[in-house]
Amino acid sequence: MHVPDGFLDAPTSVATGVVAVAGVGIALRGARRELDERTAPMAGLVAAFVFATQMINFPVGAGTSGHLLGGVLAAVLVGPWTAVLCLSTVLLVQCLLFADGGITALGTNITLMGIVAVAVGWLVFRLVRAVLPPRLSSVAPAAAVAALVSVPAAALAFTGLYALGGEAPIPLGSLATAMVGWHTVIGIGEAIITGLVVSAVLAVRPDLVYGARPVMRARTLELHTTQEEPA
Amino acid sequence: MEQRPHGHKLYFAADSPVHRAPAHLKLLALLGFMLVVVATPGTAYPVFAVYAVILLGVVVVSRVPFGYLLPRMLVEIPFVVFALLLPFLATGPQTTFLGMTVSQHGLEAAGSLLIKATIGVAASLTLAATTEPHALIDGLRRLRLPYEMVQIMAFMIRYLDVVTDEMHRMRVARESRGFRATSFRQWGALARTGSALFIRSYERGERVHLAMLSRGHDPRGGRS
Repeated sequence: MHVPDGFLDAPTSVATGVVAVAGVGIALRGARRELDERTAPMAGLVAAFVFATQMINFPVGAGTSGHLLGGVLAAVLVGPWTAVLCLSTVLLVQCLLFADGGITALGTNITLMGIVAVAVGWLVFRLVRAVLPPRLSSVAPAAAVAALVSVPAAALAFTGLYALGGEAPIPLGSLATAMVGWHTVIGIGEAIITGLVVSAVLAVRPDLVYGARPVMRARTLELHTTQEEPA
Repeated sequence: MEQRPHGHKLYFAADSPVHRAPAHLKLLALLGFMLVVVATPGTAYPVFAVYAVILLGVVVVSRVPFGYLLPRMLVEIPFVVFALLLPFLATGPQTTFLGMTVSQHGLEAAGSLLIKATIGVAASLTLAATTEPHALIDGLRRLRLPYEMVQIMAFMIRYLDVVTDEMHRMRVARESRGFRATSFRQWGALARTGSALFIRSYERGERVHLAMLSRGHDPRGGRS
């Protein structure tokens, strides 16, 4: 769900715009470390992938379905800095080409879904990965937990912004409870899908998964040879 | 960057002063207009009427039919629902509206949100309907969006149809094998589609990069 124009007042919108510009600027530097000179084509293709994946409908039952937000998925697959760039580009394209999300709220949307969700998700992922045994099979559960936390974290950040620049006096406690409660439900779906997609990629191309690199690096080549018996 | 994308879903091909206007000016106009709209106090209804007339004027000049824009304004539905809830959630002095006791501040905020969001969606749609993607990218470059962001966006738009078509082919393949997504039990298969899509997109990115290098692309800022 994208924040439209007029949801937050002008000063808050401009302030989140500044945060978004700074965040994307830092991410541009960071992404060069993750992808070096390949940044533009790779991030562009991953952004197209995130956009397309958001179109896959996951049936929830009773005729309703949900879709992925993809922040943590992108961070685990290609690295957090590239993920910030990809999500920001997706939001920019959705705003300008699909009229989805207001142009004055673009900074808010990038800050919430591109920066907060990815940053919180990546930190949680690192934390859980450090706690779990260093095996390839730990990566997907860590990604799922990170996805679960990232969605209500972004909702909480939105509540904070609403406290600063919201138009209607809603009691903040109940708004925060409602936002975090509802987005935890969404987060459970996000967690399951993220975990399933990451484990499916790990099964085929573990070398591509950025979040699995420490595990892959620790692997050593084992050579099993049979010693020839002297005749 | 020579590219002729095949339009996109919202672009409405026509020849009008709005279509011909440089994209960077249209972007600045949209941003400036919407900042003014958002900064206007929520109860200044005559002022909003003026904004709406300005916007309608631009739409008329652009020759994009209203019948084309109106159905596409449904994007804002989720927030209309939120706006309708506001009068019941907000605190402060109560008032009666259509026979219901609701919060006065909530009612005003709901009205303000509905008006501003609707103007915002209509204005964004007008930009999207009158500006081709490559013109938009060029406009963003002129507005000094970092060159790398412009490139990322250009690659994304250039390959968006390729990637979504790939996803569509996978769906056709799934369904021709008798697959129907009805409940949680199918999530595994859908997630594997996502994983295949990622691997194909990533590998396509690598091929694109190699193709750029083989055509003499200079990775240190030179243009390909």
